[in-house]
Amino acid sequence: MELKEKLVSSFLAFENTVDVDAPVHDIRSQAIKVFEEKGFPTKKEEAWKYTSLNAILKHDYSIFPKEENALEFKDVKKYFLHDLDTYKIVFIDGKYSSHLSETTHDKIDVCLMSSALTHDKYKPVIDNYFNKVAQKDGLTSLNTAFSKEGAYIYIPKNKLADKPIQIIHFSTGKESLQLLQPRNLIVVEENSHVQIIERHQSLTSNPVLTNSVTEIFADKRAIVDYYKIQNDNETASLIDNTYIQQQAQSIASVHTFAFGGNITRNNLNFYQQGQGIDSILNGVTILEGKQHVDHNTLVHHTEPNCESHQDYKGIFDEKATGVFNGKIIVNKEAQKTNAFQSNNNILLSDKATINSKPQLEIFADDVKCSHGCTIGQLDEQALFYMRSRGIGEKEARALLMYAFANNVLESVKIPQLKQRINKLIANKLGVNIGFDL
Amino acid sequence: MAYTEDDLKKELETKEYEYGFYTDIESDTFPVGLNEDIVRAISEKKNEPEWMTEWRLEAFRVWEQMEEPEWANVNYEKPNFQDISYYSAPNKKPKYNSLDEVDPELLDTFKKLGISLDEQKKLAGVAVDIVMDSVSVATTFKETLAEKGIIFCSISEAIQEHPELVKKHIGTVVPQKDNFYAALNSAVFSDGSFCYIPKGVKCPMELSTYFRINQAGTGQFERTLVVADEGSYVSYLEGCTAPSRDENQLHAAVVELIALDDAEIKYSTVQNWYPGNSEGKGGVFNFVTKRGICEKNAKISWTQVETGSAVTWKYPSCVLKGDNSVGEFYSIAVTNNFQQADTGTKMIHLGKNTKSTIISKGISAGKSQNSYRGLVQINSRATNARNFSQCDSLLMGNECGAHTFPYIEAKNKTAQIEHEATTSKIGEDQIFYCNQRGIDTEKAIALIVNGFSKEVLNKLPMEFAVEAQKLLEISLEGSVG
Repeated sequence: MELKEKLVSSFLAFENTVDVDAPVHDIRSQAIKVFEEKGFPTKKEEAWKYTSLNAILKHDYSIFPKEENALEFKDVKKYFLHDLDTYKIVFIDGKYSSHLSETTHDKIDVCLMSSALTHDKYKPVIDNYFNKVAQKDGLTSLNTAFSKEGAYIYIPKNKLADKPIQIIHFSTGKESLQLLQPRNLIVVEENSHVQIIERHQSLTSNPVLTNSVTEIFADKRAIVDYYKIQNDNETASLIDNTYIQQQAQSIASVHTFAFGGNITRNNLNFYQQGQGIDSILNGVTILEGKQHVDHNTLVHHTEPNCESHQDYKGIFDEKATGVFNGKIIVNKEAQKTNAFQSNNNILLSDKATINSKPQLEIFADDVKCSHGCTIGQLDEQALFYMRSRGIGEKEARALLMYAFANNVLESVKIPQLKQRINKLIANKLGVNIGFDL
Repeated sequence: MAYTEDDLKKELETKEYEYGFYTDIESDTFPVGLNEDIVRAISEKKNEPEWMTEWRLEAFRVWEQMEEPEWANVNYEKPNFQDISYYSAPNKKPKYNSLDEVDPELLDTFKKLGISLDEQKKLAGVAVDIVMDSVSVATTFKETLAEKGIIFCSISEAIQEHPELVKKHIGTVVPQKDNFYAALNSAVFSDGSFCYIPKGVKCPMELSTYFRINQAGTGQFERTLVVADEGSYVSYLEGCTAPSRDENQLHAAVVELIALDDAEIKYSTVQNWYPGNSEGKGGVFNFVTKRGICEKNAKISWTQVETGSAVTWKYPSCVLKGDNSVGEFYSIAVTNNFQQADTGTKMIHLGKNTKSTIISKGISAGKSQNSYRGLVQINSRATNARNFSQCDSLLMGNECGAHTFPYIEAKNKTAQIEHEATTSKIGEDQIFYCNQRGIDTEKAIALIVNGFSKEVLNKLPMEFAVEAQKLLEISLEGSVG
């Protein structure tokens, strides 16, 4: 594969730009070897059965960000949650934009991976956590090999991040086709709490491929809320690899709102390492055109008395394809586990496709595990009811679809974000109604 | 003294396979190994016409190119296919008219299995085509069936006597190159059953075949073909037990069902082959390809109770080709000790208004692994397709595993699909409730398991339901931890 060879040979050039004596570099060199061996996944692999990367890998991407492209805030304001006071870590074409960002070192660290990897001050955290939970598959290893920039968030013991953190990646396309590989590390220590919103946005019609890796560590009793907004344009593809390690009694939730993009693949992995943990995975997917979204989730229960809740809703129109591949593993030590998984889908067109594969692998007997999956249509009677009361067909449909996705939206804890998502859904469904009735 | 769960567990572990015995009948066996000559020799031995030999050879050539599938959630030592003898038939190949003529040892075997032919003749009205190793040695009730025009015989007989029917249908549902084991079976199948129900005929009795694996070191390659012509109905029973043996025995059967317009086929299986001993040694490898095709308004219903075999790899499927056709799958899979089962179904919706129902109950105990793997596929032209799937697992003890791998693929907006799966154990409160009312723990468990499996047990024909319940009890009593 051309792109693969290009990447492997670029590694030498990449080494010139980083400190090769840093311990992190050993991890990089090992990772490039793993990537060289494993390469990109193909449809022959069970986990990639329904998603082919061939179409997006054939492009000749530029691998390194060359110049700093400036953006004016007023031009990209709409991509921010601007009515909310937040910390911001903004990247333009893979380079940090200090102009648009707002970082802090006051009690908590909200800053950059590049400085965390090079400054001694961060060394203990990097040594303890960097690349510790990320798996060694081809794509993740590729990211690890070229890991240099991204968001670094460190919340020490007993601290509350005083406002939410936005991580935004822009690609301007000024350097034609781009491959971006952000690497994020989020460490939340005991009893701490953080809310993070992540977004990838392409500002060009040139193809962009993002292969992102995020590692999240939630220590005892920590609370992490992570929101992913995926509403990119139709030439941007995203492979998002998120790995979350949870300690006792921590609560981690990840909400994925997939409304756009060309091919989007979410590899979302939760590893529980203590008792009394709660993991929450929610998603709303609304697609049309030829968009393709693949949610690939894993929750691994290893200790007793933990819970996990998954709720993915999907609405697919035109030629869109949706994939849900959810896996729950319950080790034999993990007694009294409660694991729930639900995947509901609505197909609006005969050309749209849904492939769903909710899997349970259970080795403990005293557990409550269930999964449910449905594929269906909007209720004709409910539509008729609304239309007979003077609500237009389009609006009636939109209302029903909104109601369908609602219980996922309800669990969004930031009101401004909830409002923003409501608006995105209204746009997506082509109606002009405020849903926060 | 109270009978504790530990006692039960101990008893269960030490319980040897009830039907583990070996019948000493002389048989002529081919040398081990597989090549074109062996395939030719099998075909020749059975006096097959040229087209059949060619068909086998074609399958063999495809098989040589294929690799053993590895995707199933089972671990086992792969059989060496060159180390198996591909043909064995009881030496005396008699055509008996009465039971007196039957080899007394064979009759003894049946007695141990609890199938008394006389009794069955009288009570059940079941025509039994007994497959002992590979060649059928006893067929009863043939005459009654012949009156109706129903053909029910061994497949080798059918190849001789009804070549046009066999030629027309064989391999149409499961092609030779369908998968590794189907190709192997197509090349070397030794015998099996053939059944043809003419237009508009309702088969007056349950057709039944008992399979036995008997000869040491022989693989069993059964081929079953059931054709239900327009508007006909048949209920077909298949049940099996095997003698206990230390080396692994391979079984790769193929079953093809063809339900033409308005026809209905009900296919029930009770499988209780030797599962290996409590250390996981020995046991039968069961790699089966079962598939049925439904034409317009036709219905195929698979019911299975799987309690035996060391490794099971089995997915009875329905291709719902005709409009308004219906596919059903009811399954109970029980695994204990070191058994592994990867079983489920495929429902392929092609026609309009097609419906399918999947009810799967998995029960795992001991150190066993039990997986459900199923596919529901709605193609873009299958308007108004409907599917309901339910997969429940019951775990007993914390050394076993229950897994669910459902694949759901929908390409039509009018499709309605529901899938649900649960995993649980027998609640202490449930047992307590029974104890309180004077039902001891052992009985309580049997009761609860029976209730858990009731939806499937209800679908079995009467005689089978009794046998199946007994099997469940044998396999499970006391394994609650």
